[in-house]
Amino acid sequence: MLVACTVIALVTLGYLLVHSAHFDVLQPAGAVAKSEKSLLIFAFSIMMLVVIPVFIMLAVFGWKYRAGNNKKVDYRPEWHEHKLLEAIWWGIPIIIILILATTTWITAHTLDPYRRLDSKAAPVNVQVIALQWKWLFIYPDLGVASVNELPVPVNTPIHFTISADAPMSAFWIPALGTQIYAMNGMSSQLNLIADHVGAFPGYNTNINGEGYAKMKFNVYSKIDKDFSSWVESARKSPNMMDEQMLQKISQPSTMDGTSYMLMDNNLYNKVIMKYMKGTASDKDNSTTSMQHDMLNMEGM
Amino acid sequence: MDWQWLIGRMNLSYLPHEPITMGAAIGMPLTLVAIAAALTYFKKWGYLWREWITTVDAKRIGIMYGSVALIMLARGVFDALMIRSQTAVGGPGGSQLFNTDTYQQVFTSHGVIMIFFVAMGLMFALFNIAVPLMIGTRDVAFPFLNAVSFWLFFAGMILVNGSLIFGGFSIGGWLGYPPLTELQYSPGPGVDYWIWSLQVAGIGSLLSGINFFVTILKNRAPGMTFMRMPIFVWSVLVTTVLMMIAFPILTGSLALLSLDRLMGMHFFTSMGGGNPMMYVNLIWAWGHPEVYILVMPAFGIYSEIVATFSRKKLFGYKTMVIALIAIMFFSFIVWQHHFFTMGSGADVNAFFGIMTMIIAIPTGVKVFNWLFTMYRGRITFASPMIWFMCFAVTFTIGGVTGVLLAVPAIDFQVHNTLFLVAHFHNVIIGGVVFGYIAAITYWFPKMFGFHLHEGLGKAAAYFWQVGFLLSFMPLYALGLMGAVRRLDNYSDPSWIPFFIVSAVGVVVVGIGIACQLLQIAYSIWKRKELHATSDPWDGRTLEWSVPSPAPFYNYAIIPEVSRVDEWWYQKQEGVKAPKDSDYKDIVLPKNTSFGFVIGMTAFVGSGALIWHIWWLVVVSFIAIVVMIIMRTMDDFTEYTIPAAEVMRMDKEARA
Repeated sequence: MLVACTVIALVTLGYLLVHSAHFDVLQPAGAVAKSEKSLLIFAFSIMMLVVIPVFIMLAVFGWKYRAGNNKKVDYRPEWHEHKLLEAIWWGIPIIIILILATTTWITAHTLDPYRRLDSKAAPVNVQVIALQWKWLFIYPDLGVASVNELPVPVNTPIHFTISADAPMSAFWIPALGTQIYAMNGMSSQLNLIADHVGAFPGYNTNINGEGYAKMKFNVYSKIDKDFSSWVESARKSPNMMDEQMLQKISQPSTMDGTSYMLMDNNLYNKVIMKYMKGTASDKDNSTTSMQHDMLNMEGM
Repeated sequence: MDWQWLIGRMNLSYLPHEPITMGAAIGMPLTLVAIAAALTYFKKWGYLWREWITTVDAKRIGIMYGSVALIMLARGVFDALMIRSQTAVGGPGGSQLFNTDTYQQVFTSHGVIMIFFVAMGLMFALFNIAVPLMIGTRDVAFPFLNAVSFWLFFAGMILVNGSLIFGGFSIGGWLGYPPLTELQYSPGPGVDYWIWSLQVAGIGSLLSGINFFVTILKNRAPGMTFMRMPIFVWSVLVTTVLMMIAFPILTGSLALLSLDRLMGMHFFTSMGGGNPMMYVNLIWAWGHPEVYILVMPAFGIYSEIVATFSRKKLFGYKTMVIALIAIMFFSFIVWQHHFFTMGSGADVNAFFGIMTMIIAIPTGVKVFNWLFTMYRGRITFASPMIWFMCFAVTFTIGGVTGVLLAVPAIDFQVHNTLFLVAHFHNVIIGGVVFGYIAAITYWFPKMFGFHLHEGLGKAAAYFWQVGFLLSFMPLYALGLMGAVRRLDNYSDPSWIPFFIVSAVGVVVVGIGIACQLLQIAYSIWKRKELHATSDPWDGRTLEWSVPSPAPFYNYAIIPEVSRVDEWWYQKQEGVKAPKDSDYKDIVLPKNTSFGFVIGMTAFVGSGALIWHIWWLVVVSFIAIVVMIIMRTMDDFTEYTIPAAEVMRMDKEARA
């Protein structure tokens, strides 16, 4: 009966898998996420080379050498060493791990979140600030900003710099790939690209207080013309993003998507500097040197 | 009048408000009152005090560890049920069964309780029960320290559960990353409860680690060289090395965090020069070895069980030892894989990823060795062996997803999602929990003189296995769909069925646990019919040479060892009855109340720290120091049983 239950459960589950869900990680919408997906499938397949034989042996040995087996089978209570066999099962995992290790080394570099993506299009810079409990996106070169919605031009690399004015949070768009932590006083980097038009959900993956589960945003990948018209409309928006507005939205709360006209190009750095003050001595001109250090930390 | 100096920051607003926590806050004290009433009615207080609370007998301490851990398992699974009930109804337009704050406290306490008070508790239970018997000694190296360790563990356990009644628990997850757990974001007592319960229990664990390390080094029976030790003992030895290196890091990092919170320092704050990334590194420098601390004894247990129930010598003893040592070594240089997404460079990520994968090699070799122990054996599928089979399947799946997570560029897409949650439950439930339950079933007759009911045990194993698959396979899928961990609500309707299946899975696991509780109750009731001989499984190692239940002195005559599986070969050659002249005087440690009192004082002192009652902190601290000095001055901590009396008791037990 238990076996039957399991089978029914698995079949039901399989049905659900096929019919209703969208697997953002396995159905990627960008080059980075695509490479990560193929890596996942490659690593999974190569491990099956060991796992499947293990499961077969487990079943066969368990059945064949059971105490109640009436057929005469070999029983050798003292047999406990075999150099060749042991060499085989040290050897095969070592070969598999060698292959995986090489792949790991290469992909850790090619898929390094800090690495700029190869593309003919000039990248769009987006500064991301995690707040309690919403995401602020600043487009410093375009003079616009938004909360919890992230319009991006399709087929154009996006260069994110990411910080926080909140407990440690993490920025993740599963359909585009690679998440990275957002931390106070620090600036992380991430490079992503969307290769088709659409709307994709984005999440915070690190617990940062009460509103954590609601700290979601939407990515809208648009053709250039639509993206430009969004930028235009945001520039004309009555909502202005300046220090005052930032202060207001930094209060713990959840928010819907909103666009802003960007009034202060230096907001992102100001948020980072807020956390640097405790270390800066107040008598010299250390602000500039601190800022210099902070920018260097991006490479960390 | 101002009472603050007396009661610190306690006030009535810290009483619970949610119906579910109020229920617990009323239910727990009522249960305690009921137990106290029963003890009074049956006049058992004296028995409890003399035979259990003041005991320094490792077997009894082991049984107490096990009992606490099983009660905590029930609490932890109830937490899991709350979490998965909420996610089952938390879809778009769904409802909150309880508020988010409570939900976040529940997943934090679920993690803390399952790791510290269930897994660690069961592990110490098994160390205490099996190690002295397996190495042919009468007790651990430091019996009094052993009692102190247990009562510190107990104090930590009361703190976690006490937070339900007064003050609430941390919301920061089981490892409590700052700055969320710093004063700036969490000024209340919850994080302090979390810190001090871990701190007190952690110090207990460190002391136990030292104790068993020394026990194995110094107390082995004559002739038992390292390469003649049972593999379980080997696994405990490498585990205790990990404990002695890793636990001070936990103590240190928690101490720094508590200095931040108590004295406004800035080790891990975002401002004032603090750096939370330092904490993340430190806590995982302990946290990663910690998971190996839990799983390596389980590996040892499987090695004993597979050999015993296949009635065959363990395949590749030397390889098993090498594999254990390799895992021990590598487990210290992989911690960064828990935060590939914190922005380290590609070289660092790649290094730690590759080191992590390397651990898969010795682990895989162990699996092959178990398989080839079964090969050409005569396998009896008693319930411990069923648990092993469930382990072999479940743990292998967990290993595969573990290697996936070890590739940084894959981890970037599944880190902190339910895929990760599914992975570590896969290895911890499949590896650790199944192993420890198997071990309890295996050694139960040695402790109590009767078996656990086999049918109920097997039923429990099947329910656990099916429940596990139902709970966690959907979580892998959800992770790949983008569901992150620790959510109480979500807006994608297609996630709902997966969360419902997962909740059903928890219920099925709950049925498995119900089978186990029933199994224990039924077996106690039918203990005459389930009577066990001294060697019920036809075992291979020394513990099966003493009567069941094992006498308080373990061995009337200390055995001599000349090979691995000494008892197995002695049986084949014919066990010789001891001569009267073989019996010698036995020296054993006396019971003492100091262990209990020190533990309870540590509880009071921690409570005082949580509530900022400074005078009580000072008093408790001084009291503990004074008690340690008093105990050290006591020269009469042992007593002697004359040889004649030993002989009489031994003959009676063997009759």
